[in-house]
Amino acid sequence: MALQSLDIVRRSATTLPSPEARGAPAGEVAKLIDVTKCIGCKACQVACMEWNDLRDEVGTCVGSYNNPPDLSEESWTVMKFSEYEHADGNLEWLIRKDGCMHCADPGCLKACPSPGAIVQYANGIVDFHEENCIGCGYCVTGCPFNVPRISKKDNKAYKCTLCSDRVSVGLEPACVKTCPTGCITFGSKEDMKQHAAERIEDLKSRGFENAGLYDPAGVGGTHVMYVLHHADKPELYADLPKDPKISAMVGLWKGISKPLGVLAILATAAAGFLHYIGIGPNETTEHDEEEAQRELEKEKTP
Amino acid sequence: MSSEGERGQGQIVRYGPALRINHWIVAGSFLLVALSGLALFHPALFWLTNLFGGGPWTRILHPFIGLVMVAAFALIGAKLWRENIMRAYDWEWLRKIRDVVENREDRLPEIGKYNAGQKLLFYTIILCLLGLLASGLVIWRAYFAIYFPIWFLRFAALLHAFCGFVLICSIIVHIYAAIWVKGSVRAMTRGTVSNGWAWKHHRLWFREVTKGQQK
Repeated sequence: MALQSLDIVRRSATTLPSPEARGAPAGEVAKLIDVTKCIGCKACQVACMEWNDLRDEVGTCVGSYNNPPDLSEESWTVMKFSEYEHADGNLEWLIRKDGCMHCADPGCLKACPSPGAIVQYANGIVDFHEENCIGCGYCVTGCPFNVPRISKKDNKAYKCTLCSDRVSVGLEPACVKTCPTGCITFGSKEDMKQHAAERIEDLKSRGFENAGLYDPAGVGGTHVMYVLHHADKPELYADLPKDPKISAMVGLWKGISKPLGVLAILATAAAGFLHYIGIGPNETTEHDEEEAQRELEKEKTP
Repeated sequence: MSSEGERGQGQIVRYGPALRINHWIVAGSFLLVALSGLALFHPALFWLTNLFGGGPWTRILHPFIGLVMVAAFALIGAKLWRENIMRAYDWEWLRKIRDVVENREDRLPEIGKYNAGQKLLFYTIILCLLGLLASGLVIWRAYFAIYFPIWFLRFAALLHAFCGFVLICSIIVHIYAAIWVKGSVRAMTRGTVSNGWAWKHHRLWFREVTKGQQK
């Protein structure tokens, strides 16, 4: 069992419990991104590349500071730059570090049809196990944050792991380690909420009266949280969804329709079987053959 | 003896060789596409991916097999649609569905090559295949999914599952009907049915195909 995870609370396409003896005695973890402290240096992107040994293709400028322009299978975090013009003419440059939010109720995991391709650990981290990934893209369909990316190279889904490999040995994620302004912090979810509360109080005293924590309840809360100066308008930050939840269509598709569909198939087959046993086959008798023959004879001799 | 209506040794030709072969292409591809689809739909059925060489192979093969099924059925549909138009006696036949189910065929109206159940199945299959084809192209991750907005992908995934289930249930009914009404399977294996079978189940068709050939 050397390299096994014994702390899996949820496993995609699996109906029985997974090994979960270990639990998370230190509680659930969270990464807190205080966007009000971010200077857009992209050190977190570099740290992510280095730790995970990822080298995305060098692209071209698309007219914004976003570089690369969007998340990809080899860029698991990207700083998204948004310009926000106030009614009073004041311009704010809002920079949000985009990436997997590690939802408590992950839409990707719910949608995934392959057993064990997506797991959620007791500490809250949602991780892809690419060796089990079949490349169907259902995780993309299920995610309320548009995070997973399917590689063109190997047809596997990739996203931020919250450095599950580092966290499991007591280290903080690479992006947290490298952030020069202390904008990204990591710890227990409780501690991070408390830290956020202090930051929000400070921001409010400085005139950001709508400052608040982004920990959306629609997905059960997230293990990556933001402190926003404009928590009332999260969509200002490169379209961060205001009230994200697993789409009702995904809920229907991956919820009630699974047992109902299988039941419908079994019921149809059972109805046939019972009909055969109860009423029996419809056979062509000698009498029918004679009747047919009689008609044919009649036609032959008008 | 190979074209429709030809007779000999108490048998009438119902399907020629081309249509029979095509039917089994549709049947085979349906079986494969249904098994691979179910494998990706319910965790309890994921083991079915083993039949296709594992999860990724199942994901790769499923849409291509689906295209084969749709293309082959399109040929069948083009050939048989005229004989599947609903007539007045078909509605009467449907009203007497109890007699149908309870094998009281003598109380039913005389009908053509297909009964109302077969005709409705024909339309159900067409609608399901159109739904599956359209939604399947949308959620085909390797080629087309990136061109559609996420809400549309979600809707297409749901529609694909729904049409898949309706089709699977319909085909179960279709297969059972062939087991239930004895003498039917021969029409798709050998191409012929007995005179008595045609007279009993599709009398108008029996008369139509036997009339012209009297010497």
